[in-house]
Amino acid sequence: MKKNFKPGLFLVLVILCLLIFASGYWSFQNAADREDGIRRGLDIAGGLYMLMEAVETEDREVDEDTIERAITVIRSRIDELGVEEPVIAPQGDDRIRIELPDLDDPEQAREIVGRTAMLEFVGPDGEEIVTGANLEQARAERNPQVSPNPFVSLEFDREGQALFAEATEKYYGEPISIVLDDEVISEPVVRAVITEGQATIEGDFDFEEASELALLLRSGALPVELRELESRLVGPTLGQRTEEVAAIAAGVGLAMVLLFMFIYYRAAGVIAGVALVFYTSLVLFVLSQLPTTLTLPGIAGLILSIGMAVDANVIIFERIKDELRTGRSLRSAMESGFRRAFRAILDANVTTLIVTIVLFILASGPVRGFAITLFIGILCSMFTAIVLTRFLMRLAFKAGAIQSGAYVGVKT
Amino acid sequence: MINFIGNRRKAYTISLVLIVAGIISLGIFGLNLGIDFTGGTVFQLTFGEDFAREEVETVLAPYEELEGAAIQVVQGRDLAGEPTDEGLIIRGPYMGEDRRESVMQDFQDSFPQMDLADSRVESVGPVIGGELARQAVLALVVAIAAMIAYITYRFEFKFALATISALLHNILIVLGIFSLFQLEINVPFVAAILTVFGYSVNDTIVIMDRIRENIQYRKKKDYSAVVNESINQNLVRSINTSLTTLFVLISLLVGFNYFIGSLDLIVFVIALITGVLVGTYSSIFIASPLWLNLQDYKLSLPGRKAARNTDSGEN
Repeated sequence: MKKNFKPGLFLVLVILCLLIFASGYWSFQNAADREDGIRRGLDIAGGLYMLMEAVETEDREVDEDTIERAITVIRSRIDELGVEEPVIAPQGDDRIRIELPDLDDPEQAREIVGRTAMLEFVGPDGEEIVTGANLEQARAERNPQVSPNPFVSLEFDREGQALFAEATEKYYGEPISIVLDDEVISEPVVRAVITEGQATIEGDFDFEEASELALLLRSGALPVELRELESRLVGPTLGQRTEEVAAIAAGVGLAMVLLFMFIYYRAAGVIAGVALVFYTSLVLFVLSQLPTTLTLPGIAGLILSIGMAVDANVIIFERIKDELRTGRSLRSAMESGFRRAFRAILDANVTTLIVTIVLFILASGPVRGFAITLFIGILCSMFTAIVLTRFLMRLAFKAGAIQSGAYVGVKT
Repeated sequence: MINFIGNRRKAYTISLVLIVAGIISLGIFGLNLGIDFTGGTVFQLTFGEDFAREEVETVLAPYEELEGAAIQVVQGRDLAGEPTDEGLIIRGPYMGEDRRESVMQDFQDSFPQMDLADSRVESVGPVIGGELARQAVLALVVAIAAMIAYITYRFEFKFALATISALLHNILIVLGIFSLFQLEINVPFVAAILTVFGYSVNDTIVIMDRIRENIQYRKKKDYSAVVNESINQNLVRSINTSLTTLFVLISLLVGFNYFIGSLDLIVFVIALITGVLVGTYSSIFIASPLWLNLQDYKLSLPGRKAARNTDSGEN
């Protein structure tokens, strides 16, 4: 049986397979790297997801511009928290989606995002003096020599300075209300005419609260009130455990698949195994290169696409076996098996691709992530089955590593 | 060769019984919809210490909205197999930000060891819940329409009809099972149903492809023999593919069940497993036999279109 064996070609085949296994190992390692690997969704990595809706009122209409301005304000607030890779994006006409991975203090983040932070200075006659729009700087400070309580120091811009100077002259000796989001937070009495545009807010807060207030004032008020529609806060440990278990289970499952393929399809099964490892590393590589996010449903999509990748190989091998049974030579059975399997694989995969496209367009959130992963998975699996399996099978045939039906699992 | 066609009435009967039972269950018990669809709040907490149920109830007592909330204990294991601290999942109606934070604060006060990194608080407003359900149904309907169009283009309308019938059959059975066992359904379940979708269509189309090809190569058009032969030729492949997919899914099921203990994940994998099983069954016993039955109704000229499409599909 070994008469057609060509050691040179066989060596090429073996080296190729080893290279694929090595690349597989490298890409598993790469994908496992939480820093540079595939971007994890918040359900895996942990973090805060929020969906906010702009509340339309009689005097404030919500349009694209409002949402854009609100996003700018939220972004500058979040940036001050130092959150890495935040997602703050419009969704639909009047919604804003916020995804914040890796948070130290999610409650603070939630507080900061949702607050309108509309600051007003109001005279005793109820007339508005100046608003937060005229602020240039806001800082939390403490002066232990005067009082242990922290305060927020404000600096107005040129216009604010003028307004403030005018008002302090007009209301000299009278109280001015400092109002934040319709709530009076301080009511100082004017004791001097202030022309440099500086003011302080003293109130019943600790230093942390003062810093938060200063932050809100610095980044400006939201142009519209935001209402929470959905909020998901997942601790980082929780998701990480899930990911570890999923990875181990997928590894065990994959090993069982490889073993099964080898037992059932012999040499061809080994080639399918190599193709499968190549497929997995290809998918992981593509996913890590694209700005996609891997969610738990996404992992399910991956598993399904692994199943379909195996399916493609199984279809090919079964077709080759069928052709062999009709009495063809191995070479011609392989070629016609590939040709006939191709059409079945194409139609089956394209139909599933259509489902993923529909999902991508119509769904949102995790289901969308599932659709993207499955879409990429199916493309990679078609490529692997049609191009790589075929190439390796031909090479194995030429090298004499597959010499008869027995090598693809046909009982002789 | 197994006589699938001759025995197709038995398969139809089994399917009909399953579907009717499922529909009855759906009518009586309905589906156990989770917060993604109904709106609501879920707290998953790890206290990092032993706790008594009464302690938890004491913390929750001041919150009227959580009266009668479902409390479930979860316990996982670390990778060495040692049991981890018991955790708790509380499911209640939608609560605003202030109320949720207040609940969390109260728990933190009562259980100072509580690990926030190992916790989760999810809250979905009622508006969103309704939207997600609508979105899911819309996605299913559009996906079905798109698939009918593609299969009709590549094969013929009756193939599409048979495939979609098998698909609806699968979805009804999976929904019936989820209704009967009252397993909770959330957004990932929709992903699972759609996976079942893709899987059973994939499985069915490969057999349809075989039928198309066998019709082309035959002069005498005995459809029932052709269909039976095609199913048999594909049998090993159908079984092997399901087996390999099940290897991965069952590993996941065991892993999630043993290490995480979270029902959400387990339910998700169960949906996938049920779907793969039902999908394989229907592609063998239901889809192609159904096509044969449709042939008897002479909806269009049989064979002609199939043969034409086969020619154009060849490269």
